[in-house]
Amino acid sequence: MATRRLTRSEQLQQTIMYPVDWLEERSGLIGGVRYFLFRKVPGDTNWFQTLGAATLTAFIVQALTGSILAMYYKPDPNSAYESIQNITNNVWAGWLVRGMHRWGASVFIILMFMHMGRVFLFGAYKYPRELNWIIGVLLLAMGLGEGFTGYLLPWDQTAYWATVVGININGTAPFLGPFLAQFLQGGTYINAGTLSRFYAIHMLMIPGAIAALIGLHLYLVVRLGVTSPPWSKEAAGTGPLNGAVTTEKRQGLTRFSQRRNGR
Amino acid sequence: MEPHDDHPHVPGPSLWPVGFAVGIVVLLIGLIVSWWVAGIGAAVALGFAFMWVRDLTAGTALTHVPAVPPESPTGAAIPAPRGGPAMPPSEPGDRYPRSKFLELSTLGLGGVIGGLVTAPALGFMIAPAFLKQGFKDHDVGPLSDFPEGKYVVTTFTSDASQGTVSRRTAFVRYNGDLNGQPSFTCISNHCAHLGCPVQPNGPLNNAGTKQFQDVTLIPTISIAGFGCPCHGGQYDTEGNRIAGPPVRALDRYSFSIRNGRLFLGAPFSVSHVDGTGAQAKIHKWPFSFPGEHVNGIESWLYPIQPPH
Repeated sequence: MATRRLTRSEQLQQTIMYPVDWLEERSGLIGGVRYFLFRKVPGDTNWFQTLGAATLTAFIVQALTGSILAMYYKPDPNSAYESIQNITNNVWAGWLVRGMHRWGASVFIILMFMHMGRVFLFGAYKYPRELNWIIGVLLLAMGLGEGFTGYLLPWDQTAYWATVVGININGTAPFLGPFLAQFLQGGTYINAGTLSRFYAIHMLMIPGAIAALIGLHLYLVVRLGVTSPPWSKEAAGTGPLNGAVTTEKRQGLTRFSQRRNGR
Repeated sequence: MEPHDDHPHVPGPSLWPVGFAVGIVVLLIGLIVSWWVAGIGAAVALGFAFMWVRDLTAGTALTHVPAVPPESPTGAAIPAPRGGPAMPPSEPGDRYPRSKFLELSTLGLGGVIGGLVTAPALGFMIAPAFLKQGFKDHDVGPLSDFPEGKYVVTTFTSDASQGTVSRRTAFVRYNGDLNGQPSFTCISNHCAHLGCPVQPNGPLNNAGTKQFQDVTLIPTISIAGFGCPCHGGQYDTEGNRIAGPPVRALDRYSFSIRNGRLFLGAPFSVSHVDGTGAQAKIHKWPFSFPGEHVNGIESWLYPIQPPH
């Protein structure tokens, strides 16, 4: 049986797809990512439902810029302030990366609140998504913790006194408040070790926990599906395909997947 | 992926959580008042929690397994084969098979190893903040540097190994002698609201500044009290709160006199001061974080202080 000679474009496509196929065959990752990106969502989702993805993007920006800043920052009371000055004034594009991290922190917090507001107003916290709301609340608390611990790192007067006030606010919590304040300070007063303690919490402990919780958060989003807006005429459980997509949309998706699969 | 129905699997209304909440409240009050009350609270909370969980599980498949209708064979019964049973009766050892033992021992051993690794790491993270604390006495100069009736802003490095971050400020006033002994008022500058540095409400005599080693002494000319720049807390000349958000008077340092020199010692907290100068009656409490009440009903919120 004679085999057809491949055209140049087919050869090129095969060459490009070979490593992708190699990875897919051994891990299933490509299919997983494709499923994640092209999964079915209600036909009447709107732009407000992009706030979660925007928050995730803000976190990724913080993680990347923070990792780069860590290459130049020195968490030591005698050199922290000078290292920040060095990043801002001397290191190439340091002002930009530090600015992205500094302002990106506010963007991250604002987006978290907006995303939370959207979930609340859309009623997307209701059954069966209560657990994802709880995880989101933990993520919010950790995001605020990032803001608090990161604020000390410039080690200037504003940073120092704002942290003194913040730690003492923690200290006024009933019962365990004084213990929490002393743990955060690493002693009875803020001391030389407090800065490196805050640095470790800021760039290792909390980000690790946030990344893990984001993974869990996304898993539940995929598992439970996206909610329709409250004004949707396809209330959950009553519309076609259990409210996941409209018939038209389903046909469109089917055509799309057939095209992708070469059928 | 299977679609999920949006029919909530929520339990019906129940009063058990109310009893549970009451039990928790009694438990918390008991932690302050008495261990007996705490025990009663714990018992009530546990009892109601049990009832609540029982209610929650009553309508779920966890407890209601659908009954399987018994098989009703038709036709003639098949005679049982002659001979012994197909399966020998299980040996006593089979009730606890080897696979189960290996499973549990792996989990148990893993737990022990995990604990052995985690416990020291957690201790390493937490314990140093609470151990070897304390405050070393610090020489702040000869008694002659402290004029009678005038506050001197006294700044010193409490721990040389820590550097600038351990700079402390006290407002020190010589009150004259009391029963033949010199009397000093040594007020900490940490605001009793949230720890900001309070400032003297009055002019300083910067020209009279004295410095030796790590100690700086700046005499005041005449001050009417102390004020905090952060949130507006105001104190009188004895450190009593007179306005703003602070919850108590300013902390003080203990002091001692050795060879004609003044030494500042460990700080302590003060709820309020009656009288002034050498005749003042100081209501002294263990050193507490700013913002904590040291007396009154609010102090019940802070029954135990970490070791300072």
